[in-house]
Amino acid sequence: MTAGLILLTAWLVNVAAGAAEYKQFAAAMSTLFGRLVLIGWSFAFFFHLANGIRHLVWDTGRGFEKRQANASAWFVIIAAVLITAGFWTLLS
Amino acid sequence: MKLVASLRALTGLGDAAGGTDHWWGQRITGVALVVLGLWFAASLVILPSLEHQLVVEFVGAPLNRVLLSMLCLVAAYHSYLGVQVVIEDYVHAAGIHRASMIVSRIGHLLVAAVAVYAIFGIGAGA
Repeated sequence: MTAGLILLTAWLVNVAAGAAEYKQFAAAMSTLFGRLVLIGWSFAFFFHLANGIRHLVWDTGRGFEKRQANASAWFVIIAAVLITAGFWTLLS
Repeated sequence: MKLVASLRALTGLGDAAGGTDHWWGQRITGVALVVLGLWFAASLVILPSLEHQLVVEFVGAPLNRVLLSMLCLVAAYHSYLGVQVVIEDYVHAAGIHRASMIVSRIGHLLVAAVAVYAIFGIGAGA
C-alpha cells in the first residue's frame, strides 16, 4: 500500500510537470509491466479496503464465530476481485 | 541534579495515558480512507478519459484539490501507522528499530509534502 501511495504521488507529480512528462509516464504505465503493477496495486487497494471494513466490524465485537469469520473472509476476497474487475472495465 | 532515573522509580507507574491513540488513529484514518478512496476510484472511472488536459481540470477544481490533498495526507498518516506496526513486530534490534522509524517518518512526510505540492501546482501555472 505504501508503494502504491508513492506511485499515486509520482502520477500527481507527472500531471503537474506538464503534458509531455505525463504522456511519458502514461506510456510507461501502459506497458505490460506497468499494467500488471497497476492492476496488482488496485486489487491490493480494494482488498485492503474490504478487509479493513471487516476489521471495523470485528472491532464492534461482531462476526467472531468460525462460520461468520470464514464467510467474511470469502466475501472480502470475492468483493476485491469483483471491484477490481469492475474498476478496470469501467475505466475508459 | 540526577539526569538518570533509576528503573525502580519508573516501574509500576501505570501507562503513559496514550495507549489507545495509535489504535484510534488507525481506525479513524481507515474510515476516512474508505470514503476518500472510493471517491477517488469513482472519479477516475467517471472521467471520460485520463488525458492530461482532463486530469488537470479535474485536479484543478477547488473541491477536488481539497479532497485529493486529504486523501494523500490521511493515506500517508495511515501508512505511517501501519509501517510502524510492521517495524514493531519484526524489527527487534533497538538501533535498527529506531533507524527504521526515523526513515519511515521522514519518508512519509516527504511523500505527503510532494503530493500536496504537486496537487496545488497542477493547473496553477497554465
